[in-house]
Amino acid sequence: MRRIGIDVGGTNTDAVLIEDGKVIRAVKAPTSEDVTTGILDSLKSLGSTGALKDKKVDGVMIGTTHFINAVVQRRHLTKVGALRLGMPATSTLPPFCDWPEDLATLVRGGVWMVEGGHEYDGRLFMPLDEAAVTKAAEEMKELGLKSVAISAIFSPLDNTHERRAAELVTKVIPDAVITCSSDLGRIGLLERENAGLLNAALADLSRETIAAFEKSIRDSGIAAPLFITQNDGTVAEASQARRLPVYSFASGATNSMRGAAYLSGLQDAMVIDVGGTTTDVGQLKNGFPREANSVVKVGGVRTLFRMPDLLSIGLGGGSHVQLDPLKVGPLSVGYKLLKDGIAFGGKQLTTTDIAIASGVLSLGDKSKVAHLDAATCKKVFDEAARLSEEAIDRMKTEAGDIKLIAVGGGAFLIPDKMAGVSEVIHVEHGDCANAVGAAIAQVSGECDQIFKDMTRVEAIAAAQGIANDRAVAAGAARDTLSTIESEDMPLAYLPGNSVRVRVRVVGDVAAT
Amino acid sequence: MSGREITADDIESLAVGAWVLGTGGGGNPYLALLNMRALYKEGYRVNLMPASDLVDDAWIATVAGMGAPLVGMERLNDSKTIARAVRLMEEHTRRKFDGIMGMEIGGGNGVRPLMAAAHTGLPVIDTDTMGRAYPEAQMTSVAVGGLTPYPLTVVDVRGLESIVDKVPTWKWAERVARKIVVEYGSTSSTCQPPRTGAEVKKWGIHGTTTKAIKIGKAVREAQRSHSDPIEAILAIEPGKVLYRGKVMDVERRVTEGYLRGIARFDGLDDCRGSKLEINFQNEWIVARRDGEALAMSPDLICVLDADTGEAVGSETIRYGQRVTVIALPPYPVFLTPKGLEHVGPRAFGYDLDYRSVFSS
Repeated sequence: MRRIGIDVGGTNTDAVLIEDGKVIRAVKAPTSEDVTTGILDSLKSLGSTGALKDKKVDGVMIGTTHFINAVVQRRHLTKVGALRLGMPATSTLPPFCDWPEDLATLVRGGVWMVEGGHEYDGRLFMPLDEAAVTKAAEEMKELGLKSVAISAIFSPLDNTHERRAAELVTKVIPDAVITCSSDLGRIGLLERENAGLLNAALADLSRETIAAFEKSIRDSGIAAPLFITQNDGTVAEASQARRLPVYSFASGATNSMRGAAYLSGLQDAMVIDVGGTTTDVGQLKNGFPREANSVVKVGGVRTLFRMPDLLSIGLGGGSHVQLDPLKVGPLSVGYKLLKDGIAFGGKQLTTTDIAIASGVLSLGDKSKVAHLDAATCKKVFDEAARLSEEAIDRMKTEAGDIKLIAVGGGAFLIPDKMAGVSEVIHVEHGDCANAVGAAIAQVSGECDQIFKDMTRVEAIAAAQGIANDRAVAAGAARDTLSTIESEDMPLAYLPGNSVRVRVRVVGDVAAT
Repeated sequence: MSGREITADDIESLAVGAWVLGTGGGGNPYLALLNMRALYKEGYRVNLMPASDLVDDAWIATVAGMGAPLVGMERLNDSKTIARAVRLMEEHTRRKFDGIMGMEIGGGNGVRPLMAAAHTGLPVIDTDTMGRAYPEAQMTSVAVGGLTPYPLTVVDVRGLESIVDKVPTWKWAERVARKIVVEYGSTSSTCQPPRTGAEVKKWGIHGTTTKAIKIGKAVREAQRSHSDPIEAILAIEPGKVLYRGKVMDVERRVTEGYLRGIARFDGLDDCRGSKLEINFQNEWIVARRDGEALAMSPDLICVLDADTGEAVGSETIRYGQRVTVIALPPYPVFLTPKGLEHVGPRAFGYDLDYRSVFSS
């Protein structure tokens, strides 16, 4: 098995080559304005030692913040026709009703609400008003809308109305790109619909970006399928990622945690990823980041994305250091570290200067920081350790001491002994953990549904079957599937032993 | 119209405060809040009126959404159906209402009276019948007062309308209405038995909308100024911090149509080394610290997010959350022998003598 993992970060584009479970080579290139050039550069650099010569690569996995940045920065967004199937319910809370106005104005191409949808137990809520769907599609066509988001009441339980409406829209607008909310999972109409609307708004950007990724790989001479890493530490085939770009929103942080698990060989541990400006702390469970279970806001929009539960603090390798009174962070020199730091001839004392003065790092001009004595350096390191310990404690879910994996370019700030930590593990290639995480990503399938008139065991088994099928459809090899999360919750007030079951399975990418 | 106009900012605060007073249940007020934002944007306004301003023969509607909060997340709240439940009751009793109050201030039902008020033009009475949220219809001040438990209207957005004309007890009202609600898809709007001004003044729990707004305002202001939101609540309400900790385990099961279970916590800060368990039936009912009963209904047990001060519900509480548990004082109507019969620990099946955290 030979894979290339690429992480397109804000500052660097990292690439690693992994062969039969070992990191063969890891490189960094500056992220380029167009993203693609940076990828091409890092791939060239990765192959410059001949490591890739005449070798078959099984997959290139790319993690990118491109899509989430488009939403946050309100750029490259497509106008969307919103079609909701749920009348006469929901009418007082139409699509976009809880969006920030500036983003809604950019994305809202029009809103249509027609009769349709299901009940929690699978009964019809209302029959689908097909004539009204067709009329909506004709009006969308008139307006020139090409991207359509369809949502229906309880579509995660029964998506037939959404599917039928998609067919009807396609009849009127043959080249429409359609997002059905049932593809985005969970119970919660507004949040699921919001995810669908965001996804539809990324239709053009996603098509262009994935095409550019494919081109850069082709241009680099590597013949391998492209995969895009997702929020949950797994990958999707390029075609699926093109269709559902919102699933790639938070892959950067996830990849670095997954990479930490891989490089350390630990499945359950705390991970601290120390970057230039911020430090992220998260917990690994079964080799995957623990997910945030609550509402996640993206660019001001409430969604229920599968995102890692992370705590970010303002500490990093570029953090400003103030000696009297002692203060470390949250301000940072960021990407200007090699210019503004004292050891590099600049004026701002940073944590990196302290590390150079104390001999932890050999960079820059050590004589420029010679005035910093050992006691001063110790005080700064102690403060960085205290900030980290606090963050770790807040993320801990068990009372006992826990193993800690330190990764990222600023991992030198993490001492070998810490309160509440049984062991601090520094790993080789830890500064490219995110690209490693991309390279080793797996494929997942999820099911989140209400089952009724079944025993708990039967309901969980049914959910597992659905999740397995979804993972295989997404490109996993069936014989490698394993369940990594299973959660069930009986529903208050509902009859017939209704139980909501959420199951997630993962498996290795099937050989092509 | 008497009373004062509720501002858009008050409604934002009300949503936060009502969720705190939900004591774990009542459903997140977010969708009701969205409806009110939309109505205010369209120019609707709602007045809040103290119960003391009511004449004795005033005719007051008591409203509540009934069903499973999870179904509400798909069907969404429609602001017009709750107004329709009120109008249906007027048609049935052939009498116009003079005002609207909520059955429970806790959770989404703390905001719903405003939706009915906006569409009907009636004022909201600053009173409810629980002062919090409770899972069952007989757990109200008006039930403790032995007031008439009928009639009741139940409305679904598709034009389905039912009237429960007569039932002998509050428990029967709960049983029959629950059946209708389930058939309607487990979400519906109800108008509870109408009350006279005299009944509201005698048996209502007063000032609770104002109280929820105050609590929400304190939390929101603390969030804005990055100060401690829980301290901010305790600065305006005579509450007590019971515990600080992390959620270690949540066990849930449905019995008799309610979400029951136990949430277990491990201590943090000054509570390190000590364990807390809270039994719930939709709402937090009994809290035990290291095996000893610490707080119980009718004391209000509020589990709050340690950082934001916002309430954590029994349906959504999860492993790993960092919380502060506080108690708020119970209402006198529930402290009589009759009151405790309705909402004391034994009403929920716990063989405990009620002892308030505020009595020592």
